[in-house]
Amino acid sequence: MITIIDQLAPTDEAELSELLTAASEDRQPLRILGGGTRTETKHIAGTPLDVSAISGIVTYEPGEMTLIARAGTPLPEIEAMLEAEGQSLAFEPPDLRGVLGGRGIPTIGGAIAANASGPRRIRTGACRDHLLGLRFVDGQGRILRNGGRVMKNVTGLDLSRLLCGSHGTLGILTEVAIKTLPHAQARATLGFHGTDELRALGIFSKALATPYEVSGAAFLDGTAWLRIEGLPPQVEYRQQRLLEMFGAHDIQTLDGAGTRELWRGLRDVTHFAGDLPLWRILVKPTDAPAATARLRDLGGRVSLDWGGGLIWYCGPGEASSLRQIAPHATLVRRGGVPGPAFPPEAAAITRLSQELRRRFDPAGILNPGLMDS
Amino acid sequence: MSGIIMPQPDSTILARAAQIVAALREVLPEDTVISDGNETRAYECDALTAYRCPPLAVVLPRSTAEVAAAMRICSEMGVPVVPRGAGTSLAGGALPTADCVVIGTARLRDVLEIDTDNRFMRVQTGVTNLSVSEVLAPHGFFYAPDPSSQLACTIAGNIAMNSGGAHCLKYGVTTNNLMGATVVLTSGEIVEFGGSQAGAAGLDLLGLLCGSEGQLGIVTEAVLRILPRPEGARPVLIGFDSAEVAGECVARIIRSGVLPVAIEYMDEPCLRAVENFAKAGYPDCPAVLIVEVEGSPDEIAVQIAHIREIADALNPVEFRESRNADDALAIWKGRKSAFGAMGRLGDYICLDGTVPVGQLPHTLRRIGELSKEHGLEVANVFHAGDGNMHPLILFNANEPGQLERAEAFGADILRLCVEVGGCLTGEHGVGIEKRDLMTAQYDPDDLAIQMEVKDVFDPAWLLNPAKVFPLDSSARYRQRAAE
Ligand SMILES: Cc1cc2nc3c(=O)[nH]c(=O)nc-3n(C[C@H](O)[C@H](O)[C@H](O)COP(=O)(O)OP(=O)(O)OC[C@H]3O[C@@H](n4cnc5c(N)ncnc54)[C@H](O)[C@@H]3O)c2cc1C
Ligand SMILES: Cc1cc2nc3c(=O)[nH]c(=O)nc-3n(C[C@H](O)[C@H](O)[C@H](O)COP(=O)(O)OP(=O)(O)OC[C@H]3O[C@@H](n4cnc5c(N)ncnc54)[C@H](O)[C@@H]3O)c2cc1C
Repeated sequence: MITIIDQLAPTDEAELSELLTAASEDRQPLRILGGGTRTETKHIAGTPLDVSAISGIVTYEPGEMTLIARAGTPLPEIEAMLEAEGQSLAFEPPDLRGVLGGRGIPTIGGAIAANASGPRRIRTGACRDHLLGLRFVDGQGRILRNGGRVMKNVTGLDLSRLLCGSHGTLGILTEVAIKTLPHAQARATLGFHGTDELRALGIFSKALATPYEVSGAAFLDGTAWLRIEGLPPQVEYRQQRLLEMFGAHDIQTLDGAGTRELWRGLRDVTHFAGDLPLWRILVKPTDAPAATARLRDLGGRVSLDWGGGLIWYCGPGEASSLRQIAPHATLVRRGGVPGPAFPPEAAAITRLSQELRRRFDPAGILNPGLMDS
Repeated sequence: MSGIIMPQPDSTILARAAQIVAALREVLPEDTVISDGNETRAYECDALTAYRCPPLAVVLPRSTAEVAAAMRICSEMGVPVVPRGAGTSLAGGALPTADCVVIGTARLRDVLEIDTDNRFMRVQTGVTNLSVSEVLAPHGFFYAPDPSSQLACTIAGNIAMNSGGAHCLKYGVTTNNLMGATVVLTSGEIVEFGGSQAGAAGLDLLGLLCGSEGQLGIVTEAVLRILPRPEGARPVLIGFDSAEVAGECVARIIRSGVLPVAIEYMDEPCLRAVENFAKAGYPDCPAVLIVEVEGSPDEIAVQIAHIREIADALNPVEFRESRNADDALAIWKGRKSAFGAMGRLGDYICLDGTVPVGQLPHTLRRIGELSKEHGLEVANVFHAGDGNMHPLILFNANEPGQLERAEAFGADILRLCVEVGGCLTGEHGVGIEKRDLMTAQYDPDDLAIQMEVKDVFDPAWLLNPAKVFPLDSSARYRQRAAE
């Protein structure tokens, strides 16, 4: 029997499993922390369970573009290791420390638990698209495995994707296998100043319908940005073609270094640091201009990513009015807003999700209520 | 009959066959329900033709509402349901049972919406994979997953099997190109997973659904991510005098940062068969790679130069570039006819295990040794870039015992794939074919949690019975469901 103290910090999977077995028998709710760089879990009643010590690279095979790491491994450590081999995490996990005010170091497990995906999502997909397999411990302390370490795998039900983005409510990740990507050798950015959301959307839709593999399409403070990546001659060619296509506009271009810096900021939403509530809203891209106009009427500011498919809204608008404008709105930084962070879902989906949670976590001890809407 | 066992049909259901058909006819239009033995025979198997069993009835609805009505009747009357697309599954995924109703998507063929501004399309899932790309072509777009069976197979089957194709090295498999689905649950309820926006905030039920082999619900509509067509594409052919070196070349290309659309591999037995059948003019050597890259003519030239540099360092027997569309077709000709060529050699089983790319040479060598041990020939033609192997085991179905031997050989190969860090199936699915091997890849608890998930969606265990999960493992759940 393990006595529950005020902070739990298992150092390996076996210890975590024992601890969860005991906690589930005692129906002891737990608040799971990876790097602890977000603040939402503070609102959960539960003993803090810090899983960041379950850390370390298991294997990294650059020639196979596969990385296996324990879930608590810090993202900066992973990024530095990949960088040395000319590779990176294709899904560009955002580092929201600046925005969420957390103090820890983000972990790969936290990124996967949140399905954290950056601007390149429009081209290479989300975090969940780069996940090959995982190990996790469920709410009863069972050590479980799903998927594997190969790119193509349809053996059995895909629980890896189910766990990705489940914010710790189905199980605690202990090890993840992910697909890495060679760095683009060159990159450039085009900036269209003096635009509004409507014009930005026109630019995005047009650019994203070209074969030039635009890998970022974002809008902030009157400027629409497009990013292109590839081999040096490719980038030069694509940039030229896009410039010709948008000939009428006055277009600023950024080189590789400028591109890196700009997109890191856009990825991390540094422009919305502060205390006001921060919302992450998913829409059909062409719905973005109308939605942002109405959001602005509530007060506050907006920016766009994913070619308009992701709206960041930072302002005082109330949850109910916001979700009337765009139902898929998640509260990422509370800023005093009460109520659930996650948007409501259709009744059948809620029922299925709750029933799934009961199977993975019958005692309801894993981040209880975090994903309720 | 051979190794894979299907449960005895439920005699109480067979005894109620007429009532079941009548109940379906009552809620569905006249021509939607097929129960005549001559007609149901057309649905007795999929592309794993060694296993056959005509169903109790076949329902071919024209709308999601009709699917829901049929599903509701089957649930109420406790009748198993086997969802079916075009029946091209190589794993026996669409094999009926005598006591089941097949619900097919053959008449759900409408393209509902094409939205190039938002880069998605909405279809009914009975549309074929190829027709999807055909309707997109005039818009300058395409749908990336392209199984070799694309002329026949449906989006429904693609979603259920999470199918891939030659292009998935660059563009991913079905799950990476699926944005939403309309699903009929066993209760007959209709739900939407995902949608035309990118992702959703809650649990990723869409990701769970994709590749679930008809175990969780019936998919009637899908929102597909569509992509602008590349300016052009061009293959190169590289011949090597050993499998090892060809495998090394694959790993080096992947690592280099060029991202080809496809890297395909053919070994000597396959090359021989292809040469006899299609006269593709491939070099006479132990291993051939076809590598395809995309872009504008200049971009293609740059990428090919990169690949040539990598290949040259490995002393290829031949490096053949295509200068025009005809050359390109000639390079692909042999690969595209590989399955047909093998078919002419006799019966074959097509496996689908995946291994880490670095393990390709070792795995190929071991398969060669196993081939000698089992006394059956094997040919390899596969998607090398992602390690998705397709060993074809050749046998003679008319000779007693050969199918069983081929199956045993296949099982050994799949266990080998798991041993070296891979998996049983990369794109064809488990179905009945690999069902009993699941324990080689997953521990009892790993399977149990998957069955718990199935149980949430299908508490009565009516959907696609006796597939995916070993019968021993699922017995507990099925019994509980029956009580
Ligand atoms: C409501 C909400 C929604 C968010 N949605 C997104 C998003 O869609 N995209 C995005 O980029 N960022 C999102 N974030 C921010 C995101 O949480 C962080 O970017 C990232 O997860 C931080 O990593 P960390 O290691 O510091 O994790 P933490 O801040 O410690 O934890 C992040 C979440 O994952 C859980 N968790 C951590 N480690 C594990 C583990 N090993 N196994 C299981 N669960 C674990 C935690 O309980 C917590 O719910 C969201 C934040 C909130 C509050
Ligand atoms: C010559 C040949 C080449 C092939 N090449 C490839 C290839 O390159 N890549 C690849 O991935 N596969 C390939 N396959 C396998 C096969 O074509 C795919 O698995 C395909 O996706 C099956 O589609 P289908 O419409 O024929 O489905 P079916 O065979 O009818 O069904 C497949 C599975 O889907 C389920 N299902 C069908 N409809 C639904 C629905 N509406 N809702 C829920 N579940 C449903 C069935 O129950 C079954 O389990 C090949 C097959 C052949 C014969």
